[in-house]
Amino acid sequence: MREKLILSISPHQKEKVDTPKVMRGVIYALMPAVIASIYFFKVKAFLLIVVCITGAVVSEAIFQKLRRKPVTVYDGSALLTGLLLALVLPPSLPLWAAFLGAVMAIVLGKQIYGGLGQNIFNPALIGRAFLMAAFPVMLTTWVKPGFDAISAATPLSVFKFDHGVTSTLFLFVGNTGGSLGETSAIALIIGAIFLLVKKYMDWRIPFTYIGTVAVLSSILFLIKPAQYASPLFHLFAGGLMLGALFMATDPATTPITKKGRYMFGVGCGILVVIIRNWGGLPEGVMYSILLMNAFTPLINRYTIPVQFGGRKK
Amino acid sequence: MSLRTFKQGIHPEYFKALSSEKPIKRLSLPKKVIIPLSQHTGAPCKALVEKKEKVEIGQKIGEADTFISAPVHSSVTGTVKSVDKQPHPILGSFDAVAIETDENAKEKEWKKGHIQLEKITPDEVRKKVREAGIVGLGGAAFPTSVKLSPPKEKPIDTVILNGCECEPYLSADHRIMLEQALDCIQGLKIIMKTVSAAKGIVAIEANKIDAFDVISEKTRNEKNISVELVEVKYPEGAEKMLIWALLKREVPAGGLPMDVGAVVHNVGTAVSIAEALRDGKPLIERVVTVTGNGVNNPGNFIVPIGTSFNDVIEAAGGLKDNAAKVIMGGPLMGIAQANLQAPVVKGTSGILVLTEDEVDITPEINCIRCGRCVDHCPMFLVPAELIKFVKGETWERLEEYHIMDCIECGCCTFVCPSRIPLVQYIKLGKLTLRKIKTKKG
Repeated sequence: MREKLILSISPHQKEKVDTPKVMRGVIYALMPAVIASIYFFKVKAFLLIVVCITGAVVSEAIFQKLRRKPVTVYDGSALLTGLLLALVLPPSLPLWAAFLGAVMAIVLGKQIYGGLGQNIFNPALIGRAFLMAAFPVMLTTWVKPGFDAISAATPLSVFKFDHGVTSTLFLFVGNTGGSLGETSAIALIIGAIFLLVKKYMDWRIPFTYIGTVAVLSSILFLIKPAQYASPLFHLFAGGLMLGALFMATDPATTPITKKGRYMFGVGCGILVVIIRNWGGLPEGVMYSILLMNAFTPLINRYTIPVQFGGRKK
Repeated sequence: MSLRTFKQGIHPEYFKALSSEKPIKRLSLPKKVIIPLSQHTGAPCKALVEKKEKVEIGQKIGEADTFISAPVHSSVTGTVKSVDKQPHPILGSFDAVAIETDENAKEKEWKKGHIQLEKITPDEVRKKVREAGIVGLGGAAFPTSVKLSPPKEKPIDTVILNGCECEPYLSADHRIMLEQALDCIQGLKIIMKTVSAAKGIVAIEANKIDAFDVISEKTRNEKNISVELVEVKYPEGAEKMLIWALLKREVPAGGLPMDVGAVVHNVGTAVSIAEALRDGKPLIERVVTVTGNGVNNPGNFIVPIGTSFNDVIEAAGGLKDNAAKVIMGGPLMGIAQANLQAPVVKGTSGILVLTEDEVDITPEINCIRCGRCVDHCPMFLVPAELIKFVKGETWERLEEYHIMDCIECGCCTFVCPSRIPLVQYIKLGKLTLRKIKTKKG
């Protein structure tokens, strides 16, 4: 028997889940989307993913070394940020720009706030927002799936600017223009189901987010079908699935209370519909999430649940 | 059929099978006992005996005059060796009476009299329960006589007998219900009469169907007593949770069960009450589950209060080589022990021994604000925010987030993927807040 007994505070039994495991879970859940992106955009996609992950992990390690903090790249969160960033970038983006985006995602999006869990905004989307501001043309140049870089517009911009409609089946499967990971809705849904089953993800935000978009776009479509796209189009085109299932569910930047998560999802949904239909941009998922991220502390504060026994009679 | 339960909470792995089939065995009298003068919530006792004095089994050796307190009794016949500081499983060390057992000492046969329920009066019950030193045996060790004395303006209509035993591993209450069912029921009836409650409910978690069957069978002719199966979920046996599960009444924040006309007693306590009234037997022994993968022969034992953990563990076959942590109580609210010389006290429901590979001492990492603690807190608190304020020492914010309503059940810490000891931070927050308040007056 050991000389000294181990002492620690209760509870002495814990659930067999930890943060690195959750991060790995999300990375596994993104694998169908990664495979789909490589299938559609070939080596361009593969290189972008590798570059973004490298940029994120390396910059996190360097930043933590410079600050003389323990290096925590093994928790998988930087890898996940890099991967998510790659999935929201256009396949034709130069690799140096992607690398820069990944560095910004980690440095400006995460480490500057104090690292894991401390950030206000979704780091991957900060990286993309940075690139969008710095290189707007590169970020809105799209290519058709395949080896050759044949330029093409995304289904959302085709609709917005030319009023063309893309087949829902194409949107669902993913052989359309768009960001690496957003084109195949089915791949994203498979990953999300895995996360829901594993309980690594809370259903409230994705369901209310997608639900709000579905309801609002149905209403608009019923009022004026000639001007507004069908709800199915809105659900499967653009980054909604990727955003709702993998970005708006980032725990650190979304509300901690149940009521707050409903509000977050509804808020994102409303913003997407507004931006897509009346905004200057064809797509609004990124800004909807970033804007709601900013509201998260406020939402948390005003949705503190009434404690057990605290209800006033 | 969905069973009655409360909202949120957790489903830990239960490990009950290690000991739940083992009948209660009587531990042989230890050579020496240490009887701490504080084994309950409330004022500590003053020793009534001195060094070298002879004491009889069942003799009162410590008492306090305060209302919220309970006397202590010798669990053996022998000689007082010392009255001084001794190891204590909860307080670290505390004043205690150490007694060496006489060589030819025998177990006392507590004669089994009869109780005539109609004849006993509430005041008599309160007095006898107080004299017998009975406290809540579920673990909190609150003096039972106090719980039996609700003020007139708070009428009690329901007495709940708590046989949930929602802590993993423990099986003492389970065995008590199986082997001492009649005493449980008798105790319940005495409590009902004392607080003049019309209704009694025995609550049993659905993983103890055999106990449910036995108690149901024995209460078949009792019109006022029902037996309810509740969902297997932690902390089902926390009194506020249990009252809500059974009666859908919400004990107000900062309030007591009597505020909603209910009172909850543990099944073991009921047995002690029955024994005290019928046989005049004070609380000098209790059923303890000795279990875990770190002990050779897990089982349930009747242990004289004051027996050292070492002696009890020996009776269960001793520690295995890979034993790493010894806990008093269950794994979720129990207290890790540094010194196995510490004695079994009235609140010792179990001794759990975990092995090296079962002990998780992963250091905490940053909170990722996943909200799992919020989703599982049975009191609907926001633990992640509470620890943020404790770490940032913004004590004044803690009350706004109802820190005082935390029941310290440990659900938040159980589910935390970042391994943050939330309960520890919350306890620190509560303590600091109390200190600040007393300073302000």
